Amino acid sequence: MQPFTAHTATMAPLRRSNVDTDQIIPVRFLTRPTVEGYGENLFNDWRDDPDFVLNRPEHAGATVLVAGTDFGTGSSRESAVWSLTGWGFRAVVAPRFGDIFYGNALKNGLLPVRLDLGAVEVLWDLAERDPATRVTVDLQDRTVSAGGRSWTFPIGEDDRRRLLLGLDDVDLTLRHLAAIERFEATRREGLPTTTRGDLGGLLAR
Amino acid sequence: MAGTTLAEKLWRSHVVPTGEAGEEDLLYIDLHLLHELNTPVAFDRLDRAGRRVRRPELTLGTEDHNTPTRDIRRQIEDPAARHQVQLMRQNCERHGIPHYRLGEMGQGIVHVIAPELGLTHPGMTVVCCDSHTTTLGAFGCLAFGIGTTQVEHVLATQTLPLRRPGDMRVTVDGVLPAGSTAKDLVLALISQIGTAAGQGRIVEYRGEAISALSMESRMTVCNMTVEAGSRAGIIAPDETTFAYLRGRPHAPSAERWPAEEAYWRTLRTDPDAVFEREVHLDASTVRPHVTWGTNPAQAVPLDGVVPDPATQQDSVLRQAAERALDYMGLAPGTAMREVPVDAVFIGSCTNSRIEDLRQAADVLRGRRVADGVEVILVPGSEAVREQARAEGLDEVFAAAGIELRHAGCSMCAAVNEDRLGAGRRAASTTNRNYEGRQGKGARTHLVSPAVAAATAVAGHLCAPEDLEA
Ligand code: SF4
Repeated sequence: MQPFTAHTATMAPLRRSNVDTDQIIPVRFLTRPTVEGYGENLFNDWRDDPDFVLNRPEHAGATVLVAGTDFGTGSSRESAVWSLTGWGFRAVVAPRFGDIFYGNALKNGLLPVRLDLGAVEVLWDLAERDPATRVTVDLQDRTVSAGGRSWTFPIGEDDRRRLLLGLDDVDLTLRHLAAIERFEATRREGLPTTTRGDLGGLLAR
Repeated sequence: MAGTTLAEKLWRSHVVPTGEAGEEDLLYIDLHLLHELNTPVAFDRLDRAGRRVRRPELTLGTEDHNTPTRDIRRQIEDPAARHQVQLMRQNCERHGIPHYRLGEMGQGIVHVIAPELGLTHPGMTVVCCDSHTTTLGAFGCLAFGIGTTQVEHVLATQTLPLRRPGDMRVTVDGVLPAGSTAKDLVLALISQIGTAAGQGRIVEYRGEAISALSMESRMTVCNMTVEAGSRAGIIAPDETTFAYLRGRPHAPSAERWPAEEAYWRTLRTDPDAVFEREVHLDASTVRPHVTWGTNPAQAVPLDGVVPDPATQQDSVLRQAAERALDYMGLAPGTAMREVPVDAVFIGSCTNSRIEDLRQAADVLRGRRVADGVEVILVPGSEAVREQARAEGLDEVFAAAGIELRHAGCSMCAAVNEDRLGAGRRAASTTNRNYEGRQGKGARTHLVSPAVAAATAVAGHLCAPEDLEA
């Protein structure tokens, strides 16, 4: 995973709340077998509109997305994150995120930044008034700064450390393999396995 | 010290002691479910890292999202969908994961087949690459949706590092009136608490009305828990749970059963446990519900009208409502019953089990679908389809002008070929009425199977009692 320490860039102001993952990437584009290429379909169904923020030349090259509340709600599709990273975004700022999206973003080096609506509105205004305004998202001291203002954002310590170092979760967990095996030895016998059994009892009663 | 919630008990009993203190626990996963849509990337990464699946016998695959519902023997037309199904089969085969293929007994929507096979026992941890995994909490297990990176993690380690969510409780007292269903109950609940009430929390449902629900209805409630933003929904197991599980293919053997049941009976929230948030709902006030907007909280009773956004105090909610009405092509004040539909979809992991099909059939018996209304009826699994045929429901549907199709997600997410055209309006028994969810530009009204069936007959939104005898 690409580490994230600090990132300075221009912003794409997305003045919308409740941007669910179906809007971020419509379900019909979920068929790619690898992570590559999802960026092409980011916000696909909104991109017909020439006024849509990602179509506007003045916001080309923006890599920090600033959105309204409840960003990334709905379906668990991680491709919502891959479409954002594929497009080039490194951070998304919003007052509140869908839970699964938030976790997925962290696992793919996309920093989800929770700032209150007031701060988001300041960022929207800055980006709209002068699209060349640069914002700095600094994970080391958990701050967002732009236009002479600065805000602190919350993030879990484990998440922050993993993101700063770009650590791979599976490797981290496999250090505990012996503990996992010890735990497995204590699992109750009656727990099911998926080994195909007799499907005779399958019909509903 | 306050007592412990059921969710916390289940969580604690699955924490692998690593000797490392952190904000996250390493949680052991008892059952990992997979479908073809969200998993190819996970296998691709697993393979690239040279890792193997640690416990294939705790993992199960199915194909549901991309699959056709009509002519299932022919090749899947869309090459991308065909490729995903092929990848799913190859990945499962290569890693020794049991997998159910299109059309075979056992196949169906992932959240429908797991309980049907008896794989979801009280007290387990269950994950799946799909947000509606919350469905399975109806069995008193911790069941939640995960992302693709987490799928890779579970495949490789059978564990997940997670922070324990908070606890919320929804108490539903009273008796659900005749004509109101679990779907109406959960739509009423979400319309009251909103789409974010459960964020970061596990919701435990309890109360007289919940105890009275069948397992299938409990699944409908837990299914839609994710639409209130929650990580998981959970219902403590009881006699209804045990009766459902008994005799299913993966239920405990007769020998093991007494010990398992004795353990399951201990799975309860302590009386003095404290929840971060408590919500109360009186089931006797729940009437059939329908959504008017583009998120599941935008719902009203079927005898209500499209609300006027101008009366909404909260500016974020007001703008969302304005945008929703624009997309839905509805004017404030319109009676919901007067809204005509072009299509009806009966299916999805919310409402595609045998009881849902029976509800629909009860309304459709002796009636016909209105001219010009397209009805798509898709059972949740091949087993449900077979059961419907055994009960003669297929004939009821056929007489009404409806085909009983093969199992899958179909027009719930419209990833396969079943789609609603732009501007077309449907009453759907699904869980999400988002913009474009059932096809680009398509308009969705979420309803119960009974309301869907009545709407199919009338050609506009309505309840069974509105139909002429
Ligand atoms: S039926 Fe719909 S909600 Fe359920 S798993 Fe399939 S696509 Fe998702």
